[in-house]
Amino acid sequence: MAKHKTPLLDQLESGPWPSFVSDLKQEAEKRAKNKKGLELQIPVDVVEDLLGVLELSYKHGRTHWKHGGIVGVFGYGGGVIGRYNDQPTMFPGVAHFHTVRVAQPGGKFYSTEYLRQLCNLWDFRGSGITNMHGSTGDIILIGTTTPQLEEIFFEMSHNMNQDLGGSGSNLRTPADCIGQARCEFACYDTQALCYDLTMEYQDELHRPAFPYKFKFKFDGCPNCCVASIARADMSFIGTWKDDIRIDAEAVKAYVGGEIKPNGGAHAGRDWGKFDIQKEVIGLCPTGCMKYENNKLTINNRECTRCMHCINAMPRALRIGKETGLSIFVGAKAPILDGAQMGSLLVPFVEVNADDDYRAIKDVVEAVWDWWMEDGKNRERLGELIKRQGFQKLLEATGIKPVPQHVKEPRSNPYIFWKEEEVEGGWERDIDAFRKDHMR
Amino acid sequence: MAFVSSGYNPDKPMENRISDIGPRKFDEFYPEVIKNNKGKWLYHEILEPGILVHVAESGDKIYTVRCGGARLMSTSLIEEICDIADKHCDGKLRFTTRNNIEFMVDSEDKIAPLKQDLQSRKFAGGSFKFPIGGTGAGITNIVHTQGWIHCHTPATDGSGPVKATMDVLFDDFQDMRLPAHLRVSLACCLNMCGAVHCSDIAILGYHRKPPLLDHEYLDKMCEIPLAIAACPTAAIKPAKVDFKGTELKSVAVNNSRCMFCGNCYTMCPSMPLADKEGDGIVIMAGGKVSNRISAPKFSKVVVAFIPNEPPRWPQTTTVIKNMVEAYAKNANKYERFGEWAERIGWERFFDICELEFTHHLIDDFRDPAYYTWRQTTQFKF
Repeated sequence: MAKHKTPLLDQLESGPWPSFVSDLKQEAEKRAKNKKGLELQIPVDVVEDLLGVLELSYKHGRTHWKHGGIVGVFGYGGGVIGRYNDQPTMFPGVAHFHTVRVAQPGGKFYSTEYLRQLCNLWDFRGSGITNMHGSTGDIILIGTTTPQLEEIFFEMSHNMNQDLGGSGSNLRTPADCIGQARCEFACYDTQALCYDLTMEYQDELHRPAFPYKFKFKFDGCPNCCVASIARADMSFIGTWKDDIRIDAEAVKAYVGGEIKPNGGAHAGRDWGKFDIQKEVIGLCPTGCMKYENNKLTINNRECTRCMHCINAMPRALRIGKETGLSIFVGAKAPILDGAQMGSLLVPFVEVNADDDYRAIKDVVEAVWDWWMEDGKNRERLGELIKRQGFQKLLEATGIKPVPQHVKEPRSNPYIFWKEEEVEGGWERDIDAFRKDHMR
Repeated sequence: MAFVSSGYNPDKPMENRISDIGPRKFDEFYPEVIKNNKGKWLYHEILEPGILVHVAESGDKIYTVRCGGARLMSTSLIEEICDIADKHCDGKLRFTTRNNIEFMVDSEDKIAPLKQDLQSRKFAGGSFKFPIGGTGAGITNIVHTQGWIHCHTPATDGSGPVKATMDVLFDDFQDMRLPAHLRVSLACCLNMCGAVHCSDIAILGYHRKPPLLDHEYLDKMCEIPLAIAACPTAAIKPAKVDFKGTELKSVAVNNSRCMFCGNCYTMCPSMPLADKEGDGIVIMAGGKVSNRISAPKFSKVVVAFIPNEPPRWPQTTTVIKNMVEAYAKNANKYERFGEWAERIGWERFFDICELEFTHHLIDDFRDPAYYTWRQTTQFKF
């Protein structure tokens, strides 16, 4: 017998898509039965109360969670988000219901051994409810009490070789795409770079020293499967400099209809016979491809590496061999001053594990030095770039301006000339001027 | 319920402390085939909706079965996922950026039993635990935020509208009939803890009433200067108010300047915005993050407001379903939602999708607004 009636939520149990309500109910039942015989460290009926409070929100059309309080583990300024309910008498199980962010492994690969260990810990010291995963990428453990926080951290760090993720004005837990682990498009090892930077900047991740949050995301190619260009303060997007590799035989096979275009992604409808002129050549944004006399040629110098032809014919075309990444900066969601897309800062840098990714870290650290010095409280990097200008970012990073930095040059002449750029400087003698120009 | 110590000593927090060890290293968790072929993949193919094969230079293949899942997930379900991976996948699995679960096997004959196992598992309420799909030119899982289950600033729920929407779009999760892939995302307020602002279709929670002022507690709970500074439109100013005969320090809000962003509430808990009638959903469309053919784009507001209608948000899901159908019917092969809208023109988009155009949809927020107005004689009637 359920502790709270949930007639509204019950309506979300039907339909084909996995029902979180059914899942919460099975978890509530599991806790009540407690087959593992655990000495549950938070109330047995937390999931019942979670269902109850959510039902109340469905009735009221408003949340019943209060602002986070300041809770956490000793020495860290992030990783735990305090959460309290505003109806603690009605729902005592979730009166204190803090979130723990757990740093996820690259590519979100897991062994069942690890996941079971995590589940055991969370059944014992928390609600048994998670997010797999949070939007930034962490494993999110939803719901525990303050006395359990140090215990959870102690068990994770001692028995699971596992650390917390980021929250607050910190480096947030970096996230990557599947990359070279299982994707032929990846131009660099996203997981290796993501892991290396995550380890290098553990201090920045755990101890808030920034004006606001800062996100790193790693996409192996311009398809941007982790959406780095839209949401990371600094995104690392794989690219290449040389020629797209062409397998002429496979091109013929596509043209002849032996291989389905786009890896078979359009198989749900009859789109007719594959037409290389219309579907590849005609859609190339730079018009740098030709298919003549049964031969595909690409003027690679004019290619902007949009990936369309490679996506459309993955067995015939491959990314180049001279690979690296581009760095974009300043992406963010609308709060506060409107959404920003990442802007290109470094067109190309090699991804070199042998020198510890020094060239990439130099850019990261120069950007941080500037932002930490000039950024206002709660000002994202993108907002600082807008406020002070892209030129300031170039100065701070010592990067030379190139046409690739802009879509088009400015259409106003309001240039902030510096005195040293103007012959003779700005100090002038008004009397000398007046000799030639009467008042 | 007796307290059980992990070994942590609160009197000596630094004793035996381990910190700054980061996440587990990715390659500990790779399936064998991936370990052997990393960086040497040749190509991939979608064998059927939800099932992929990746082929390596060595000739090795890895078969992936992709399943949708609610990102709000219990340990019961995770343990079930582990049972499946132990049985079929040598104890390894992964999750995708969009909250799908991927089970990987190293030979084709292992697919059928895995598939059968996944399809046979249902929740007590009747829904699938592991629906297979989410590949190619179809609709994959919705990325979303917490909503009413665990957040203090939402203007709508997360898991509920997602469940309702995915039920309506379920056929396209298991099919690949669309012109290109279509990404739906949900953020329960404009903080947008996700990339909702660059989605083909975005469901966004939004407030429409200015903050309530809890004068009795405001100066005790909040730093008034921080609350004032938090307002992007300078709508908040310091004020002395009379509270039951006592003069208290508080704030006043110029309601006509409020754009309902909720940033004041983030800084000051005594300024709540949440309201049953005020809160609801904004529908945005036409964004993308990929650089394929055209540059990444922001989503545009196409419906200014739909009320919250728990538990199944019928108006929201109807608008979305209609937009998906219009796109499926009218867009060219490979054309993303936003590319289609731009090609036909947004004026035609509103026609075809039978959406009303209202003044709310014309940008009036600062300089970028000007660049969205029509400055050419070229438009369609």
